[in-house]
Amino acid sequence: MNNLILIAIFIVSTLVGYKVISDVPSLLHTPLMSGMNALSGITVTGAVIATGLAITYSSEVLGAIAIILAMVNVVGGFLVTDRMLKMFKSKK
Amino acid sequence: MKFDAYTIISFAVILATILGIRLLSSPRTAVTGNRLGAIAMATAIVTVLIHNSIIGLPVVIISLAIGGIIGTIMALRVSMIRIPQMVALLNGLGGCASLLVAIAVILDGFSGMDMFNRVSGQLAVIVGAITLSGSLVAAGKLDKRLPQHPINLPGHTVITLLALAGLCTLTIAQPHLTGSPAFIACIITALISLTFGVLITIRIGGADMPVAISLLNSYSGLAASICGFALSDPLLIAIGAIVGASGLILTRIMCRAMNRSLFDVITGSTFSPPAAISHNASSETPAPTTAQSNEKTKTPSDVAEILASARKIIIIPGYGMALAQAQDRVKKLYELCCKRGIDVKFAIHPVAGRMPGHMNVLLAEVDIPYENLFEMDDINPLFADTDAAIIVGACDVVNPAAITMEGTPIYGMPVLHVHEARHVIVCNLDTRPGYSGVENPLYNEVNTIMMLGNAAETLDHITEELARK
Repeated sequence: MNNLILIAIFIVSTLVGYKVISDVPSLLHTPLMSGMNALSGITVTGAVIATGLAITYSSEVLGAIAIILAMVNVVGGFLVTDRMLKMFKSKK
Repeated sequence: MKFDAYTIISFAVILATILGIRLLSSPRTAVTGNRLGAIAMATAIVTVLIHNSIIGLPVVIISLAIGGIIGTIMALRVSMIRIPQMVALLNGLGGCASLLVAIAVILDGFSGMDMFNRVSGQLAVIVGAITLSGSLVAAGKLDKRLPQHPINLPGHTVITLLALAGLCTLTIAQPHLTGSPAFIACIITALISLTFGVLITIRIGGADMPVAISLLNSYSGLAASICGFALSDPLLIAIGAIVGASGLILTRIMCRAMNRSLFDVITGSTFSPPAAISHNASSETPAPTTAQSNEKTKTPSDVAEILASARKIIIIPGYGMALAQAQDRVKKLYELCCKRGIDVKFAIHPVAGRMPGHMNVLLAEVDIPYENLFEMDDINPLFADTDAAIIVGACDVVNPAAITMEGTPIYGMPVLHVHEARHVIVCNLDTRPGYSGVENPLYNEVNTIMMLGNAAETLDHITEELARK
């Protein structure tokens, strides 16, 4: 049952995501992609759990590396998107 | 999954993220949307830290800080031309993070996981590893550290299929193993997947990169989502799925705009055989093409004359503009024309550049108002009433053969109707065909003026002449 709920969450998110993202104009597709890129760094939460609750030393090391990489992804992605979006100016 | 505070905050984060993406649908609200997404992400991280009472753990905090600092430096230093390779690299890092999390989970808690979690963990290893190696190859190609043309190894298809078969076998077998055999199987899976990722991306040509990078974007989301299944975490599942959907949409748009099927792109088949023939023909007999175009080569002064009397012009940027770093020059010409009361619009083809929307970012960087940047379908009806169309480093996306010449590989690809304009000014490096390999008949039209050479210099000359008129 639990797993069915998780699968349902997956399907609903995909559909909602598909709907919302279809409305983004091609003008903003590059920032959209880098923003989505940042979101894929959500793995950082998984990495934090894996590291924090690690039983063996090796999994703690793996987790720590995963945190660093995912954070580069998250922070780098959001900041570069912010930089790009601020460049889109309207006529005065 | 319990309905505790963590679950409630997770759903709030998911909703905030979706709202953030909604705000991305207009340039006016997009900055807010992106920041909302960032705040949601920060909330998610802090919640996870508190919920699992690991907020005081030095290794976690230090790792978060190191990653944050590296990310900040990268984001602030990257130039807009190099955004595609940065996005590809970040995709790879995200994929790698998912891969490592999956390995760590399998290493530690494998006995406590049910079959569903185990299979998910195994799949996360596969998708994460493919995303990692595929993205690194893509970034290498975009950064020109790897050759642009598709690389086909001997027996490429056979090796790829064998790798795929190996992965399927391991996915079925691995979840049934326990202890160190399970871990070893997982490492072998990772290695085969890394190889598989390289095998499928080195076959993709440079100009197909908008498709590849969109697809890898989708994979990086999928990897996070599957990782979420292994951990039974709804937040990871939902956000990962949204990213996966986004990448899929962009992949579809890019494929359609390039007149290519996803299968063709992934299998690295360059535009079908006729393309290769016509390309060879052109490289063997360059003389006639050059001679023909020389007759049509006029001086920048002639072009300035046309622009001086024009009322409406449209500028069409392509990847050549980025290569020649000609954005500043385009801006100068744009300003001068505006000052003279000429109506200037920009026509942006969906696949111009190396990633979706690349041209828009480059033009926004030089402060061209986004109202002047038009999508293909909106601007095509306007070409007929345009005095001059100025092409800056674009070929395939303005090739009328896509409309008229049935049987050529480019036929059916949606293109900008540049040929309908009264005058067409081509500021390209040379008359070589674009990626499709199809000669561009536009270059031989009576109303076309070829201004061959470095686009930045050509535009400089034109602007100087126009300023004098």
